[in-house]
Amino acid sequence: MSEGLSACAGYKPGMSANSTLSRRRKLVGAGPRQWVGLLYVAPAVALVIVFFIVPLGMTVWMSLHNWPLMGAHSFIGLDNYWAILRDNRFWNALRFTGFYTVVVTIAIFAVAFPLALFIERPRPLTGFYRTFFFMPVVVGFASASLLWSWLLNVDSGLFSPAAFALGLTEKKVNLLATFQPAFWSIIAMVVWKVAGFTMIILMTGLQSIPPELQEAATIDGAGPLARFRAITLPLMRRTIALALILSVAGSVLAFDQFYIILRGGPRNQTLTAVYWIFNQSFVSFKLGYGAALSMVLLVILLVLSLIQLRLLRKPEGLD
Amino acid sequence: MAQARKHSSRIGLRIAEHSTGMIVSALFLAPIVWTVLSTFKPAQEARQPPLPPWPTTGFSVENYATLNTFGDGLWLPAQNSMYVALMTMLLSVVVSVLAGYGFSRFRFPLKNLLFVIILSTIMIPFQSILTPIFLVLTKIGLHNTLTGLVCVYVTLQLPFSIFMMRNAFDAVPREIEEAARMDGANNITMLVRVMLPLVWPGIVTIALFAFLGAWNEFLAALVLMTDQSKFTLPIMMTALQSGRFGAIDWGAVQAGVTVMMVPCLVLFLLLQRFYIRGLMAGAVK
Repeated sequence: MSEGLSACAGYKPGMSANSTLSRRRKLVGAGPRQWVGLLYVAPAVALVIVFFIVPLGMTVWMSLHNWPLMGAHSFIGLDNYWAILRDNRFWNALRFTGFYTVVVTIAIFAVAFPLALFIERPRPLTGFYRTFFFMPVVVGFASASLLWSWLLNVDSGLFSPAAFALGLTEKKVNLLATFQPAFWSIIAMVVWKVAGFTMIILMTGLQSIPPELQEAATIDGAGPLARFRAITLPLMRRTIALALILSVAGSVLAFDQFYIILRGGPRNQTLTAVYWIFNQSFVSFKLGYGAALSMVLLVILLVLSLIQLRLLRKPEGLD
Repeated sequence: MAQARKHSSRIGLRIAEHSTGMIVSALFLAPIVWTVLSTFKPAQEARQPPLPPWPTTGFSVENYATLNTFGDGLWLPAQNSMYVALMTMLLSVVVSVLAGYGFSRFRFPLKNLLFVIILSTIMIPFQSILTPIFLVLTKIGLHNTLTGLVCVYVTLQLPFSIFMMRNAFDAVPREIEEAARMDGANNITMLVRVMLPLVWPGIVTIALFAFLGAWNEFLAALVLMTDQSKFTLPIMMTALQSGRFGAIDWGAVQAGVTVMMVPCLVLFLLLQRFYIRGLMAGAVK
């Protein structure tokens, strides 16, 4: 019905009844068929409202309440937020999350950048290498964590028995019993899992650098290191910022690997922010307090997003 | 003389490059290969450290059979995971194709606002709104159901897939549409007969990401599915690995991990082009 009208408006502009329509169409940009568009986007909008906007509003609301799983909830104002200020274990979790984020991001870049340089130049077999380096990325975090929890197991796993068999250690060492080896095992697992992803992002940045620039610099006598510093790094500013932000945002929200491999241990030293919120909300069932903690996390991520928008903005005169 | 030396040093460089490539490839593949090979050991051998990774006391599928004896067996969580992943894929495609078409081809009130709201949900971590999602699902009677989980997963896919589909529709020249309209096609016929064949690469990409996302998701499934008969594979395997069913049978855990990994790897190897495309589109945004 409606597009019949618009077809009239579009193709028979001579008809008197449609002359106002076609004029309006020029003004607004579309005829009566514009409302149909709302029908097309309605399912998506409904889903986002019910499963995102409403829960988001509820998080704010719940954070102002004492909200147990069963029974009545009561309004307590900002008390949850005051409690957060005194919640040392939350701040420890946040501090650990920050530490983990810095270490894992540096480690990922240290591996991914050389890999990106390696696969960027076309040569035989590059396609295969790229595929192999990328394969751990498509395996889920849960599968990867379960896999590594086996490799790291002291009795049935690979690493400590292998080290023992090779004579590197005097007895089988339980890698997950103390903080340092447990933490670095997680770092190794995450680098293995994620480096391929960062590599592909960095590779697109490398490929967007015009080869003539590198050639000209080579003719001028610039060595590989000088070229990397003077050409590659500055021209990849936006790509590096993007890879950095994706890595930081992902790491701040880390949960799966710490839950599956370490259960937050040893001695609760590897509880991340999301893990602490999970514990408060779904183990202790302090839903209101969990919501207040979530608000803190949400603000941190929003700040990261704003930094991202700033960093990714195209600078004047470049690009 | 100098020429010859240069030539031989280039060959040396080639060899160095390719040996690096192969060693690093081996490092990245090793954990996956190690696991898959170990699953074919007999249960007795699977308890020992995997040195060497391949079965030495005979080939066996015992570990997969054992896996079926825990809780409701392997079959049920595998079925749950497959159902959730396929439904998420199907619904994401339908909802995002409609929305992408709507945002690309129509002008309506609040259009830009709605588009920005949908896209900006990507900035808010779903981890921070899980409790209310749980309460909403309870309210509408979908708590502890796979359908409820599917709804959540589809919503999480929407910013990426609607962005992808709108761009795909934007790339289709308007003349094609005008021509079809002249031939009397209405909106739906137009979308299905004329537009879909032109945007199918985008559809494959969003379908792939929706499937993998739902298949691999852990935290939401852990929180929202409290009934063991509703567990997806990652939740079931974590329960098994945590010793919830008695002594940890690492052979069975490895078999479960293999079942979880293989569909992802096969899909990626078959549809690599679409995967990388989606990655770029998501990243460039």
